[in-house]
Amino acid sequence: MEYLNLFVRSIFIDNMVFAYFLGMCSYLAVSKNVKTAMGLGLAVTFVLTVTLPVNYLLETKILRAGALSWLSPSLAEVDLSFLSFIMFIAVIAAIVQIVEMVVEKFTPALYASLGIFLPLIAVNCAILGGSLFMQQRNFLNIGEATVYGLGSGIGWLLAIIGIAAIREKITYSDIPKPLKGLGITFIITGLMGIAFMSFLGIKL
Amino acid sequence: MSLSEKNKEIFLGPLSKNNPVIVQVLGICSALAVTAQMEPALVMSLSLTAVLAFANVIISLLRNTIPNRIRIIVQLVVVAALVIIVDQILKAFAYEVSKQLSVFVGLIITNCILMGRLEAFALGNKPWPAFLDGLGNGLGYSIILLIIAFFRELLGSGTLFGYQVIPQFVYDLGYQNNGLMILPPMALVVVGCIIWVHRAKNPEMQDK
Repeated sequence: MEYLNLFVRSIFIDNMVFAYFLGMCSYLAVSKNVKTAMGLGLAVTFVLTVTLPVNYLLETKILRAGALSWLSPSLAEVDLSFLSFIMFIAVIAAIVQIVEMVVEKFTPALYASLGIFLPLIAVNCAILGGSLFMQQRNFLNIGEATVYGLGSGIGWLLAIIGIAAIREKITYSDIPKPLKGLGITFIITGLMGIAFMSFLGIKL
Repeated sequence: MSLSEKNKEIFLGPLSKNNPVIVQVLGICSALAVTAQMEPALVMSLSLTAVLAFANVIISLLRNTIPNRIRIIVQLVVVAALVIIVDQILKAFAYEVSKQLSVFVGLIITNCILMGRLEAFALGNKPWPAFLDGLGNGLGYSIILLIIAFFRELLGSGTLFGYQVIPQFVYDLGYQNNGLMILPPMALVVVGCIIWVHRAKNPEMQDK
């Protein structure tokens, strides 16, 4: 039940795009049609689900104050948490690289469709944001961290598919000229955000 | 110290014609989340400008020694190190604001403005122009952030930098703060309106 609650929360209420504006750059750049949006969304979901548990282990076993005490009691005083940014981003960059190689080796078809997006994901704010929120929220165990990663990824996927579908439809709409393209996309995202706020307060 | 024509263009371009947020569409990620009030927006702008200017200089100094294949990792490490310094300084001297900014200081690392400018400019230019480019883009980002924060704080809570601006008698006449402005979605709408005004003034930027 805890897991389900966290899952639903991370998709709808703490949505990466609408509540925290994470991953906006690729969200705006790659949302011109539904098919590519789907590819990027799936890649982001996948990488988030893989990186969050790894970074969770890193955080609880190495970085947090006193986390090193499992090695030897004399290390209980060590606090490496100031290193967390650089460690997280290194882990993310490395995992993205590994994922890229594995996908290329075993499922060339998926690689061909995700190809260009995979390396870009290393610098997607949603991925690092997921890890930093995980650090801030003190999840109890690795399961919660994984569920949170999966949920956030699916939330991001929903958002980008939604905006891509709307952008495909409004291509022929009569929008004031200066507002065309970027401007209207922002305003639509805002309206979608307001719609998503109606999920506030859902608790399972 | 006088700036040559070219350096002036590099420095002033990003302020309006080539603004990183509303024209190049970079760095939206963190731009919106910190703009519910002026103070965090200002601190965020200063942090980003500092990180961007120095990262540009460092990458520009290293540009001939970085192997092309691993440049993204090198850039990330340089930026992450600078962000750690900024984060530690904020925690030491402005603890309240750093609590408000929460994860968004860390997210400067993956701010697209940084990667965009490092890739597009610092890798191919000398340190001094790179520094100006970083400073200019940082300021361009700051201007947009402060404009958004100005409207959101003024209309949302009637204050600026925490000081009451809208006088009490206006409230007595029945004026109410617009609570919607504080909520995240309105930041997007405000940016949309800024883009609208900017493109109406610069017709050559409009989409066909």
